[in-house]
Amino acid sequence: MPKSWFLRFGLMIGLLFLYIPIILLIVLSFNDNRSVSVWSEFSFRWYGELMRDEQLLSAAWLSVRVAFISASFAVVLGTLAGMMLARFGAFKGRALFSGMVSAPLVMPEVIMGLSLLLLFVSMEQMLGWPEGRGMLTIILAHITFTMSFVTVVVQSRLVSMDASLEEAAMDLGARPAKVFFVITLPLIAPAIVSGWLLAFTLSLDDLVITSFVSGPGSTTLPQIVFSSVRLGLSPKINALATIVVAIVAIGIICAGIYNARQEKARQRDEQMAQQGG
Amino acid sequence: MAETIQSEMRHTGFLGLLQRVGLSGRALVMAVPYAWLLLFFLIPFLIVLKIALAESQMAIPPFTSLIENVEELKYQITVTFYNFHYMVTDDLYIVAYLNSLKIAFISTICCLLLGYPVAYAIAKADPKWRAPLLMLIILPFWTSFLIRVYAWIGILSNNGVLNNVLLWLGIIDQPLQILYTPVATYIGITYSYLPFMILPLYSTLEKLDNTLLEAAADLGCPPWKAFLKITLPLSVPGMIAGSLLVFIPATGEFVIPELLGGPDTLMIGRTLWTEFFNNRDWPLASAVAVALLLFLVVPIMIFQNVQGKQGGHP
Repeated sequence: MPKSWFLRFGLMIGLLFLYIPIILLIVLSFNDNRSVSVWSEFSFRWYGELMRDEQLLSAAWLSVRVAFISASFAVVLGTLAGMMLARFGAFKGRALFSGMVSAPLVMPEVIMGLSLLLLFVSMEQMLGWPEGRGMLTIILAHITFTMSFVTVVVQSRLVSMDASLEEAAMDLGARPAKVFFVITLPLIAPAIVSGWLLAFTLSLDDLVITSFVSGPGSTTLPQIVFSSVRLGLSPKINALATIVVAIVAIGIICAGIYNARQEKARQRDEQMAQQGG
Repeated sequence: MAETIQSEMRHTGFLGLLQRVGLSGRALVMAVPYAWLLLFFLIPFLIVLKIALAESQMAIPPFTSLIENVEELKYQITVTFYNFHYMVTDDLYIVAYLNSLKIAFISTICCLLLGYPVAYAIAKADPKWRAPLLMLIILPFWTSFLIRVYAWIGILSNNGVLNNVLLWLGIIDQPLQILYTPVATYIGITYSYLPFMILPLYSTLEKLDNTLLEAAADLGCPPWKAFLKITLPLSVPGMIAGSLLVFIPATGEFVIPELLGGPDTLMIGRTLWTEFFNNRDWPLASAVAVALLLFLVVPIMIFQNVQGKQGGHP
């Protein structure tokens, strides 16, 4: 912990600000009463109602499928883009490329949503594909905006990583593709995993871009949440929030344990290598 | 010469075919993400610009086409600046733009004031505490943004948690109207974007050379002065990166003003949404988007510059 009381105080304020709303949602999800100001009794009532909400469950299932597919494609494209920016040096059109990669990180979602929708409409007019709007267009849009985040994660891992192993393999005559799959890929695997998870979460959570590019038959979870929240408080959403927080917390704890183990294994390997050498 | 022929002969099938047409594996690797971004990121903007110059009509799709074939081999291009003219003459849009910039600016300052001590505290903390503390900052980001914004409705509403606490403490004797005011929007944006401010600030502050501060202390400089003269100026890149990560998306924010702001909290993202979904005026919505992009071109360029220098840190 920092020594200065001022910094400790600042840190506490910041963390409280970040966590009070989340803790409040979790507490309220077990409140039998509809109101936020009256605590009646502990109950799982809202969880029960959540599980009986067919519309919400099917939207959640659609969101999970969309997130899974788009994260998987985004990881492939993002890893390639990260390689290009970190390892390919100067290539023709690099400035444009790095601009196109980093702009979606800050681009207001209404602009991206509108522009992608207009693209899909124009493409349908000219090529007859994609037909209408639905899961396909949502996935295409999500791949596009999440791949930038994957690229940043993979690129920063590559930049901080020593390229000497790859160069050594090249010098020994390995083909670039082989170097990538045998040397680079295992080394950047943690970044790829966190990039995938990030893309998955972003896709699962996206409301604005999805609203523009989705069709009448494809409503995702954030769209359902938004339309019920717009009308005011809805305790079912508290229960949903608690489930989301629980999943994320479990995931992060698992990742933390896994990383710690990997780190230990790596240190052991290094020690053994030093002793052996 | 013989060598090149040999090396070409080694690859048969698909790879060999590609090499014969002059495509290396490297070019192929580059082509896929490049083409994807051109098609799904750059071209869409050009289409937005095109449709901003079209007229709205009752049809599917609801806009006129710019190029019309009047007779054989004779095309007529009709461009209208009506949408832009409409935006400049109607106060609603100008007010919404200025209001968005104001709200985004104030929220960025709030993030900076709140985030700086947090980032500094983590950077100064014992190394074994840094990773868990950073985790705590990132964790809310992984939970749903929408749900976190929604949580503030329960806190800020008239019979919400904050008003109840203040009433109970006797600080106020009537509930404060915070929800559905601009103040709620400031709180919502600051809350949602705070991690984006803290992370770049932390990564600059963590790299800061401690020997400079030690030298200053040795020469008798008090800590607050050392902070103002050394730490603060050296952390400017982090402050700029963080501020842009907050300011640019906040300017176009839709969800937060929609859920927490009142009907009079005009922001341009909200106006664009209304034009598109409620009025179904696609050309006007496109013109609003083009104008918003023009406002943001300079901050986005600065952001890309900073991003390029940092070697790709978010």
